[in-house]
Amino acid sequence: MSNVLALIEVSHRGEIAASARGLLAAAATLGSPVAVVVSSAPLADDDVARLGELGAARIYSAVTAAAGTVLVAPAVDALSGAVDAYGPAAVLTANSVDGREAAARLAVRVGGSVLADVVQVHSDNGTVVAQHSVFGGAYTVESMVEGGLPLLTIRQGAIEGQAPAATADVDTVSLEARTEGAAVIDQFNDDAAVSVRPELRTAATVVSGGRGLGSSENFVLVEQLADTLGAAIGASRAAVDAGYIAQTAQVGQTGVSVSPQLYIALGISGAIQHRAGMQTAKTIVAINKDEDAPIFEVADFGIVGDIFTVVPKLIEAVKARSN
Amino acid sequence: MKIVVLVKQVPDTAEERKLDLATGQLDREAADSVVDEINERALEAALRIKDANKGTEVVAMIMGPDDATQSLRKALSMGADSGVHIVDDSLDGADTGRTAATLAAALKATGFDVVMAGNESTDGRAGVVPAMVAEHLQLPLLGSLISAEIADDGVRGVRQGEGGTLNVRAGLPAIITVTERFPEARFPNFKGILTAKRKPVTRLSVAELGVPTGASRTVVVSTVERPPRAAGRKLIDDGTAADELAEFLVANRLV
Repeated sequence: MSNVLALIEVSHRGEIAASARGLLAAAATLGSPVAVVVSSAPLADDDVARLGELGAARIYSAVTAAAGTVLVAPAVDALSGAVDAYGPAAVLTANSVDGREAAARLAVRVGGSVLADVVQVHSDNGTVVAQHSVFGGAYTVESMVEGGLPLLTIRQGAIEGQAPAATADVDTVSLEARTEGAAVIDQFNDDAAVSVRPELRTAATVVSGGRGLGSSENFVLVEQLADTLGAAIGASRAAVDAGYIAQTAQVGQTGVSVSPQLYIALGISGAIQHRAGMQTAKTIVAINKDEDAPIFEVADFGIVGDIFTVVPKLIEAVKARSN
Repeated sequence: MKIVVLVKQVPDTAEERKLDLATGQLDREAADSVVDEINERALEAALRIKDANKGTEVVAMIMGPDDATQSLRKALSMGADSGVHIVDDSLDGADTGRTAATLAAALKATGFDVVMAGNESTDGRAGVVPAMVAEHLQLPLLGSLISAEIADDGVRGVRQGEGGTLNVRAGLPAIITVTERFPEARFPNFKGILTAKRKPVTRLSVAELGVPTGASRTVVVSTVERPPRAAGRKLIDDGTAADELAEFLVANRLV
């Protein structure tokens, strides 16, 4: 079975990124998964065991002093070494900030091509076929690479399931710490508060607020409903531009794309830009004063009403039913 | 200091955008073309450096069909000093690899201290072209920045990572990409619009750049349009809508 490389990101605190599960699951559907990991010290036994649990048949452990001090370049060097060592059928990275830069540089270095923001993969007689969800899910496009190595960046949270567990063989390789042509990392600044709410990109339920909230103080209404439902918090661009909430919560074409089981839009009119980021949700609920708001065109359940009276009642009604 | 800003002409995200189902390529007739907003933010960042230091030269570079000249003119009317338009029929539907190879060749020909771009376009959203260009030119990339300082001895900035931000830096020449955390672009003023017409625009073909004309290697196999979503129930709240919604959520096992 052909080898498929998966670049496993490790945080500067040494944690294996959440994207590892999906990457190894996708790799296992295409061949034998090889986890490529870059670190400044040899991998701990725990990490080897964890990657095996997630399906890595083999681990290419690149050890270099540049890990954590040089941006992305060590990952590209490691991947390039692993490509030489394993002659893979494909290379997978997360569609993360680091993952896509690594895939892009590797593509140029080894003469491959990038299939970006992939939501599903399969092999068609040995050819890697990638599926993409385009323009906010309005189109499903399948693509492949003709000649040359396919490099796929996998949308985080898109691949379900897990690869069968394996006992990973580890190949430890020491990489030279090169800095020329690379950017240097001076400092990591962790997110100040780690939210107890689910992560927006992968949450099963999302409650989003729009300009209809009227003020950042009123945005607490969105938080209250979200906490009642165990949901992540999102926002429309209008709410972000008005300063009600941070840009990282923005759902839409220019923000995060979400595909939850349930999406609740509060005071959101539903501009095309916003709909492009949420219309693949299984069920959409919209509450808005404006009867003609375009959000109602895609809502499975719409309420024309005042969010400030409907939402508190909804919170009570949900609490009453869950007791 | 010479800054080249990469701009891309894209379908307006405020309109319904369409793909051609036969080719999988963008249907350019379906929506109006505009300068991608993220590139306008990159241009704004470059123009602010020029505002503070008159010795700065800002070049707007675009690859696209003939009508992409409009986007270049807008960049010039905002304040870019000159434009470079890479235009060639053989580039129709170019994939990220071809695009990056072509841009890299054009950048080499134009010369620069800093290249600025958006972190990802609103149409393709691949976010890989600047990193590919950086690899072609063997340059450092400071990607996905939320702020940047550009000086003669190098660039430094704050990068948005997955679990937090990173302070990063590199010497010149370098490539940086900006995120939506950068300030919105200025509007062209009357003087800018008038002077834009006199600013030089260089047109470059693939032959002039000496890049291979071969077809893109990523191929679209199939394109399927999702049926439009049908609207469901819509209630006018008479005081009971919240209860009905709660029932609906419970019945569908959503709470």
